[in-house]
Amino acid sequence: MKWETVIGLEVHTQLATKSKIFSGSSTAFGAAPNTQASAVDIALPGVLPVLNKGAVECAIRFGLAIGANLNRVNVFDRKNYFYPDLPKGYQISQLAKPIVEGGALKIIVPSTGSGQSEERVIHLTRAHLEEDAGKSLHEDFHGMTGIDLNRAGTPLLEIVSEPEMRSSAEAVAYARALHALVTWIGICDGNMQEGSFRVDANVSVRPVGQTEFGTRREIKNLNSFRFLQQAIDYEVRWQIETLEDGGRVTQATVLFDPDTGETRMMRSKEEAHDYRYFPDPDLLPVRLDEDWIAAVRATLPELPAAMQARFQRDYGVSAYDATVLTGSRALADYFEAAAKACGQGKLAANWVMGELSAALNKAELDIAQSPVSSAQLGALIARIQDGTLSGKLARQVFEGLWEGAGEVDAIIEARGLRQMSDSGELEKIVDDVLAANPKSVEEFRAGKEKAFNALVGQVMKASRGKANPAQVNDLLKAKLQ
Amino acid sequence: MSLTPDDVKRIARLARIETSDAEAQATQVQLNSIFGLIAAMQAVDTRDIAPMAHAQEVTQRLRDDVVTETDRHAAFQTIAPAVENGLYLVPKVIE
Repeated sequence: MKWETVIGLEVHTQLATKSKIFSGSSTAFGAAPNTQASAVDIALPGVLPVLNKGAVECAIRFGLAIGANLNRVNVFDRKNYFYPDLPKGYQISQLAKPIVEGGALKIIVPSTGSGQSEERVIHLTRAHLEEDAGKSLHEDFHGMTGIDLNRAGTPLLEIVSEPEMRSSAEAVAYARALHALVTWIGICDGNMQEGSFRVDANVSVRPVGQTEFGTRREIKNLNSFRFLQQAIDYEVRWQIETLEDGGRVTQATVLFDPDTGETRMMRSKEEAHDYRYFPDPDLLPVRLDEDWIAAVRATLPELPAAMQARFQRDYGVSAYDATVLTGSRALADYFEAAAKACGQGKLAANWVMGELSAALNKAELDIAQSPVSSAQLGALIARIQDGTLSGKLARQVFEGLWEGAGEVDAIIEARGLRQMSDSGELEKIVDDVLAANPKSVEEFRAGKEKAFNALVGQVMKASRGKANPAQVNDLLKAKLQ
Repeated sequence: MSLTPDDVKRIARLARIETSDAEAQATQVQLNSIFGLIAAMQAVDTRDIAPMAHAQEVTQRLRDDVVTETDRHAAFQTIAPAVENGLYLVPKVIE
């Protein structure tokens, strides 16, 4: 039987506010335990929550960026459950009237093997504001658990997609696009190690052609794109095997163990919480007026989708390249500055995604930390364009730039990397090579194309890489006529 | 609508209240009498009335995003039963 995978994602993004959602405590990461937990955060009796305008504004920014409906009146509810890192005994969240409903995100799923990369639109169900819980530390405190409430009350935007993804690759593409967007519009720092962007995946399988969904299991708290992919792949295999062996999948929450690469059951539906949601009487409905929404809209930067279209139009890059280049605002800004500096969009895209990205990856650096500036890369590409440098020489200049050896022209002069432009000098080398390789010449004349390439190689070698390959080709052809 | 003893036990468990069978039975009677009141309210036709999230027709005031709180954990932790390295200690919980 052929199976189809169905995936929906719930992403918790930590909002980049200075203070918490319902108190004036700092949200800075890494403070000593409980030093950023106020009377409201630790739920002392008689305290009242006061909503942070900055958190609401983040949600508005997100809603506008995905073309969603912003609920002009939205409501906070209490989600009740007992856990030591939740001192109130309930989490303030939004159920019936979330701040954001609907909207969509364009994703590009990379090609697998020989196929083309594919563009898809994933619809969003909703995004709602809520508070984070504290942290439980299960290391040994004489058999007890340590509770740090610094994180309690940190504002989160929970973003829920429709179950529209059909493979782990699509789920990862969606998560990446969402990550790029929330960091792009400045509502989340995107730091996955620190838990600023946490993904829950709802996964089910069904026979191809069946319209009803299969029973889903929810994989909790995935904090890297690689784990997201691995966890879904494992879970899909497990569900298909279970069903093909005649078993049944029961609704459950599971955890992914990165060490074993497996998912395991956390709780089944029978033990699932009954959260007894109800509107929080401590908080009034939130009203978004049109002036406020318009003011927030005016502060939004050009969005990734608009920038992708512009990059394709203005710089002639492919849809896939445009997506890669808008992976982050820093990368997009870098590319655009380099492209403008040299006037060669396609070549700039190749260098940014090729040589530069490879060097950054190898050195484990972010684009913002690149030792080669966008102006320098632009200048380098301009020297390729005007014929001063071949691709090979340009890579040597790039190495110089990376090492901080100075500006492009200075490196070319200091290291003698100028492409040979004197045709007399080149002609002499060609003559020498032809005289030294009579066998190749004879073979070429007898019809062996390969022999020609060998001669080109010899000339390039003799010029120490400085000959212009196109010029060498022309000259050799002329001499061998 | 009325509650069974099992419903009462389940609600008690969700609220982490230990209940004996006798208490559950007594509570069942009391809770069921409240349902009479709820039934009377549910008899009112509310089809064209939007539910209210709050009893007052006012909207939430918002706070500027500014840090105003200082570190008072030492004072807060004087009433905690057990504390170590700034952490509140609680009986071991593993989900």
